[in-house]
Amino acid sequence: MTVHTPIYLDYSATTPVDPRVAEKMIPYITEHFGNPASRSHSFGWTAEQAVEEARDEVAKLVNADPREIVWTSGATESNNLAIKGAANFYSSTKGKHIITVQTEHKAVIDAVRDLERQGFTATYLAPEPNGLIDLEKFKAAIRPDTVLASVMLVNNEIGVIQDITAIGNICRENNIIFHVDAAQATGKVAIDLETLPVDLMSFSAHKTYGPKGVGALYVRRKPRIRIEAQMHGGGHERGMRSGTLATHQIVGMGEAFRLARLEMQTENLEILRLRDRLLSGLEEIDEVYVNGDMSQRVPHNLNISFNFVEGESLIMAVKDIAVSSGSACTSASLEPSYVLRALGRSDELAHSSIRFSIGRFTTEEDIDYTIALMKGKIGKLRELSPLWEMHLDGIDLSKVEWTAH
Amino acid sequence: MAYSDKVLDHYENPRNVGTLDKNDPNVGTGMVGAPACGDVMKLQIKVNDSGIIEDAKFKTYGCGSAIASSSLVTEWLKGKTLDQAAEIKNSAIAEELALPPVKIHCSVLAEDAIKAAVADLKSKQPA
Amino acid sequence: MTHQHIYLDNNGTTLVDPRVLEVMLPYFSNQYGNATSRHLYGRAARQALDQAREQVAEATGAHPSQVVFTAGGTESNNFAINGITSNHDVSHQIAVSAIEHPSVTRPAFALRSQNYRVAIVAADHFGKIDPLGLEVTLEKPTSLVSVMLANNETGVIQEIAMLAEIAKSKGALFHTDAVQALGKIPLSFETLGVDAMTVSSHKVNGPQGAGALILNKRVDIRPLLHGGGQEKGLRSGTENVAAIVGFGAACALLKNELETRAETTKKLRDTLEVELKAMGANVFGNKSNRLTNTSFFAFNEIEGETLVMALDRKGFAVASGSACSSDSTEPSHVLMAMGVSPDIARGAVRVSFGASNTHQQLNDLVTTLKTEVQRLRQLTAIAV
Repeated sequence: MTVHTPIYLDYSATTPVDPRVAEKMIPYITEHFGNPASRSHSFGWTAEQAVEEARDEVAKLVNADPREIVWTSGATESNNLAIKGAANFYSSTKGKHIITVQTEHKAVIDAVRDLERQGFTATYLAPEPNGLIDLEKFKAAIRPDTVLASVMLVNNEIGVIQDITAIGNICRENNIIFHVDAAQATGKVAIDLETLPVDLMSFSAHKTYGPKGVGALYVRRKPRIRIEAQMHGGGHERGMRSGTLATHQIVGMGEAFRLARLEMQTENLEILRLRDRLLSGLEEIDEVYVNGDMSQRVPHNLNISFNFVEGESLIMAVKDIAVSSGSACTSASLEPSYVLRALGRSDELAHSSIRFSIGRFTTEEDIDYTIALMKGKIGKLRELSPLWEMHLDGIDLSKVEWTAH
Repeated sequence: MAYSDKVLDHYENPRNVGTLDKNDPNVGTGMVGAPACGDVMKLQIKVNDSGIIEDAKFKTYGCGSAIASSSLVTEWLKGKTLDQAAEIKNSAIAEELALPPVKIHCSVLAEDAIKAAVADLKSKQPA
Repeated sequence: MTHQHIYLDNNGTTLVDPRVLEVMLPYFSNQYGNATSRHLYGRAARQALDQAREQVAEATGAHPSQVVFTAGGTESNNFAINGITSNHDVSHQIAVSAIEHPSVTRPAFALRSQNYRVAIVAADHFGKIDPLGLEVTLEKPTSLVSVMLANNETGVIQEIAMLAEIAKSKGALFHTDAVQALGKIPLSFETLGVDAMTVSSHKVNGPQGAGALILNKRVDIRPLLHGGGQEKGLRSGTENVAAIVGFGAACALLKNELETRAETTKKLRDTLEVELKAMGANVFGNKSNRLTNTSFFAFNEIEGETLVMALDRKGFAVASGSACSSDSTEPSHVLMAMGVSPDIARGAVRVSFGASNTHQQLNDLVTTLKTEVQRLRQLTAIAV
């Protein structure tokens, strides 16, 4: 059996639309194309009904009430809406301090930075070297004026799972609104919002085999959480988010989340098997380092640094596999991954990291091909690398005086 | 990132990869750059008795353009005198490889590596 | 329902052109890359976005670098209004016309909580913005003026180039909501001389979920969405490649088809209005230069909502106002601004044709309108 290159191992950047999802979406482009806000004719009603069915499916996956689900254009908008919306609504009563983590997605970090420009203050917690948050450090960051905390459930670069229950409980005790970015979590870890102490949670469709351009924000009803709208207009989504909804995309998200609910348990076992196979294959290469905790982690993600090879040439070398070196959203710049730096990785190891992310359509052949490719290419690049040569000669590179230019 | 065909060719088939005996009095070694900057180049040249460079080897930790720049100069160095070698300019390397502006520093590093190797060799040879 | 139903609400949303859908389909299957990724999948998505950007630029008379993709018209309007105004201090008011879409007026009013003043620029009986009124408004320092190019309800087209010139002379920036204009009249960002212009995909036979703000790069604007830095940092969030590609394809069709679409819909609309007048309807905005596809009218003593429902039962999809405000029973704010009495305004019904509507469909509509109007008038008479 031959594999099709480049092999897609970048499911954390985006996933293909599942063919079953696409099939369900297309009629809402070709036939039932009404504007769901058009209340006066049946084109609008059909669209509205489909939107509500999809809302039920999104709610079911995370065990929420459909009325707690607000549609958005994606997780970036959900994160912006949750953070700016809650911070602005509650700042006058609670205060203007926000706690988040250095390893959050840019959409969270930059939304908080925007609030800082408007007079809020923020604490960006450093994670432990394994990527997880020390709960005591989180507690220590709390101030009397802390209004909001935002911590992601599953990290996009290293796949580690934060203890949302524990952090949420601390937030409850301290009367802090708690937002969780779960864009990378749906379909990967079970989410039960009836028991989780979470007030706001962001979702994305295109990380879970749905289409791009649609996401959702969970807004708790009991106790009722209020947010200030960031997008104003026709008053859609009970005033929390205006704008004509793209019916086919919403239908796609609903179907994608329905499939995730039905299939995630068996699917994740297979993905774990493939991940273990990939890991044991790559660990046969010398001087590789896994980034992020291995136990509190989704099986879909394997982030590995290959010592003594340079990041960009590594990416060039592995063009037969589609992977990411750092977050997809920052790979246009040559900065080393800020997530890996926050773990305390050196710039060199951060630069030479590769995120392999495995998904629904990954096969064992894909994994075996990838292992063989990595072994060959790392070998070739190290053959070229003066650092590798020095390492083999027993030279401690940290003691060398480099002629930086 | 779009690389020129010449960069890709040198990257895929690097010329003169390897190591010369750095203790040989006829071998000059230049190592420039730093891991933290993302580039380290090691360039070695070997001269014959008439002062002509008869061999050149390199190892590079760096991006495709850095690898291509060092691979290219090993080809250019062979057959040159030390003075001719020292005249190789980064602009010529950048032009030959059609390096984009963000990669010009790779050619600068290659020029620096040549200068360092020549200086090392000169320091070993009787004046 | 759909096969029997005749769709006459093309200012609300439009059917995706089959040629557009065909271009989009690969992005729901094997072309799934994230445009930010550097690998082959990502680069293919990036190239598709680049092409769409050129297509949208051409249809809007702009340079590709001026196109900022968004999730749609509402986001583009919010982005322009909030993003430009909040970059000025509160001594500068924002001026919006009285006939704007809620996605312009509501973000403007929301800025009041940050102490910005909102000035309303009046419209006349013909649905036009009075340039003298604008000049008076602009005697106070103003950051931004927003006047829509073509109104979604009446279809009335404003003299945007002239209004933008006035704003410029007073040192104010100018935004126009051109959502209804794109695809119906030739559009040139450059000729209009505006600083920002909103367009939307699903009004031009493209898919829902994509729009753009055409933006003069010299304008200092604060992003609405912060994050991954897509769209040169002006609009973060993974690009909706399928929808954007569809938007581009829909725009590309305009080059050869805009004129014939306008002629086709004009014949239908004009024929309808001859009949409407014969039936005693008031037609709004018909003394002004209008979009050729739009007819906004009312019958005395018949609630617009009632007539719309009756038509829907007979298989015709029309609107009683803008789709977004269909929830409310308030008379159209556009008609109020034009000085129409609330009693007459409550009867307002909008028929907006698309190029695929036929003369037969129009005849069917007219026949049904006649019987329904008569029936409803009798009901009203009994009720009174």
